[in-house]
Amino acid sequence: MVHQLINSLTDGFLLGFVYGLAAMGLSLIWGVMSVINLAHGPVITVGMLATYLLFVHVGLNPYLAIVVVAGIGLVLGLIIYITAVHRVISAPHLSSLLATFAVNMIILGIFNAVFGGDQNNIDFSLGSLSIGFLNVTYSRLLAAVGAVAVTVFLYLYLYFTRTGKSIRAVANNREAAELMGIPSTRVLALSFGLGSLLAAVAGSLISTIFPFTIFSGGPYELKSFVICVLGGLGNPLGALLGGLILGLMEGLIPIWMPTSWVPVVEFGLFVFVLVVRPTGLLGAK
Amino acid sequence: MRALKQPGLWLYVAALVVWGLVVWFLDDPTLRETSFTLLMYVGLASSLNILLGYTGYVSFGHIVFFGLGGYMGFYLVSVQEWSLYPAALVGGVFGALVAALLGLAVLRLRGAYFALATIGVNEAARAFVNNFRPFGGATGLSLDYSVYGLYGGSMKALWLAFGLVWLIAIATVVTSYLVKQSRFGLGLMAIREDEDAAMVMGVKAPRAKTWAFALSAFFPGIIGTIYFFKNGNVEPHDAFRLHMSIETLVMIMLGGQGTVLGPILGALSYERLRGYLLVSPLFKSLHLALSGVALLLIILFVPAGVVGWLRQRFPKLRGILE
Amino acid sequence: MILEVRDITKRFGGLQALSDVSFDLSAGEILGLIGPNGAGKTTLFNVINGVFPPDHGKVVFRGEDITRLPPYEVARRGLARAYQVVRPLSDLSVQENVMVGACFGRERYSLAEASRVADEVLVQVGLADKAKLLAGSLNVAEKKRLELARALGSQPYLLLLDEVLAGLNPSEIASMLDTILQIRESGITILMIEHVMQAVMTVSDRVLVLDYGELIAQGLPQEVVNDPLVIEAYLGDPQLTKRLLEGQLR
Repeated sequence: MVHQLINSLTDGFLLGFVYGLAAMGLSLIWGVMSVINLAHGPVITVGMLATYLLFVHVGLNPYLAIVVVAGIGLVLGLIIYITAVHRVISAPHLSSLLATFAVNMIILGIFNAVFGGDQNNIDFSLGSLSIGFLNVTYSRLLAAVGAVAVTVFLYLYLYFTRTGKSIRAVANNREAAELMGIPSTRVLALSFGLGSLLAAVAGSLISTIFPFTIFSGGPYELKSFVICVLGGLGNPLGALLGGLILGLMEGLIPIWMPTSWVPVVEFGLFVFVLVVRPTGLLGAK
Repeated sequence: MRALKQPGLWLYVAALVVWGLVVWFLDDPTLRETSFTLLMYVGLASSLNILLGYTGYVSFGHIVFFGLGGYMGFYLVSVQEWSLYPAALVGGVFGALVAALLGLAVLRLRGAYFALATIGVNEAARAFVNNFRPFGGATGLSLDYSVYGLYGGSMKALWLAFGLVWLIAIATVVTSYLVKQSRFGLGLMAIREDEDAAMVMGVKAPRAKTWAFALSAFFPGIIGTIYFFKNGNVEPHDAFRLHMSIETLVMIMLGGQGTVLGPILGALSYERLRGYLLVSPLFKSLHLALSGVALLLIILFVPAGVVGWLRQRFPKLRGILE
Repeated sequence: MILEVRDITKRFGGLQALSDVSFDLSAGEILGLIGPNGAGKTTLFNVINGVFPPDHGKVVFRGEDITRLPPYEVARRGLARAYQVVRPLSDLSVQENVMVGACFGRERYSLAEASRVADEVLVQVGLADKAKLLAGSLNVAEKKRLELARALGSQPYLLLLDEVLAGLNPSEIASMLDTILQIRESGITILMIEHVMQAVMTVSDRVLVLDYGELIAQGLPQEVVNDPLVIEAYLGDPQLTKRLLEGQLR
């Protein structure tokens, strides 16, 4: 029993890094431009699909494919921003909410038409690592490592490069940043691209662990919302922390109740945090 | 009452009445089925409009009341062997109660946060019902065909279902109209424009929002019961289809939120369009994508919807384009 | 005493916004509330009309303790407020805006009655010809009048005016002051925050001065204006400003 619990928790913990990565993308966009990206789920799905297709048709190692997927995510984010978000960036929040939701529908609709709703699986098993009673698959381990690596890159980018700093400036105060000569439109587009990149990479990592359908992005989107709210909006570190907490929680729940209850618990947690402590556990920004 | 003097209301009701009578006389099952779906969406869209258009709270999960209320009503008919009429009513009341309870937590959230919470509701409700034994869990509930005998046989039952949905659609439109022209409605619209300013002016926002939420949930509950009764069964996957919520939302935005005519027009045109698209093999699977494009175009270029745009363009027609 | 404010204290994190503010307001008075920017004037208004509760102290309105009531309860008891940054209900008509005040204010009129009240109030503030226009289409001065009209629509006993003169040109100011005096004539007590010094001095019966959350002076306008504490609060150097003020007020 205890062994089962520890295994479950470890699995959840490792997965939590990937959740955190996904949530970071959402949190970044939210923090920089106050837009809640409802296309987040489909972008995760794009990451999953791209990795799968590259694996199946080109034979590309999924872990190498991550670089390609990152590029796809970035470009996709730029496109979404320019077509859908830019026009409503200063409108009431609900406009951008509905606009990104529309993008969500478009992407999912196209995928549904082209790929159908079947399950896809990346058969790239690497075996597992055993330490005593602890049994962890390498894919989970690698996914966590990948997530941490990308997080580190993100941190370095935001704090040590010029564009990264301008992103943080715009997030802090868009008007002031513009006054100082920062081209805010380009920065916003880039931020959206970056957020999408993170989501796509997270999707890519997830696809190495679980099989997926084109609708799999949805639950991860919900998890990202819960995590962002838990960790505080616009706070990437908070997103990571929130991801770990959620991962651990998911490791715990199946011990006491069937996994199908997970969405209910997550939703309850989501509403609870929003009502009780809207700035999240670590505080916003 | 001031509301009853406006020409708009009578126009819409008359149109709906005439439509129903035409379907009745023509006695054509295909037309009836198409009309059933259309009227169902008119009801759903008009009820959501009370929350979205009047009060300004955007809900992505409206279908949850259709599902939960419908489940309750269907349960009463199939398991408890109630008659359809009280069961449908209870379905509606149940939907309203769920809304009121849910509202205690969720209506405290503003704007985008509220919208987000409503996305989660649908998922949570489906997961919950999936595990709920009395409602049949994952397999759902089904109706013994003999039950239709109580209503004169399955043919008659289908016509009955149509008739009921027709009546509910009219009731929803009338209610929507009455709300809009009432003091309650004025308070809702004040909340929509600026909730804090409205409260400073004396509008009891928490209570008003709860009533709006419950009212918007009542009609879908009834409609759900009738829908599942007609189908003869219900299962979680069927009852909480997120894209029904989304499409209802698109209908309102397309037609014009905050107007009575908007949801009607939006529902009719969207459903008709969807009907045509589903027939074409190319567009069949793309319809979700196309609705997405439609929604995007509306948000970007015509946020007030067709009716809203017309009202701005032709202020004289305001009396009719309510 | 229509309003009794006792020991109101409010803190936001590290900032002491209000400290032990106490004063009385008699029915039919016009009381001016002045003070440098950031003194806590709007915060005081927010406490009085229920937007947030004070940390300590109480607010008694017409004999009833309204300290922790939410804004809609306060409004229903006849205490209305016009905001500094105007917040019109943009997608509703001017008339409908005022009707909201009338329907949910002290008298809770029906729609038909509220409509009549709104028409009267709009005449009073000079917006009668714009009644059917959308509130969002008005210019700033008109929106300020609408803000005032909405507050009047609720038939208040006490009206809180937050910088209603800001952004108006001299003739608009003169006209608004006339309206304010008429409102007082009709029996409504007024508490007004104002920066336009000349206006506040001519129209107020008494003046309160707030600085860094504390009440540093209260009394007749002439007394307050010559109070060295007040001068120092606004301008720093009492001697210099005394000379400036003498030049202005003669």
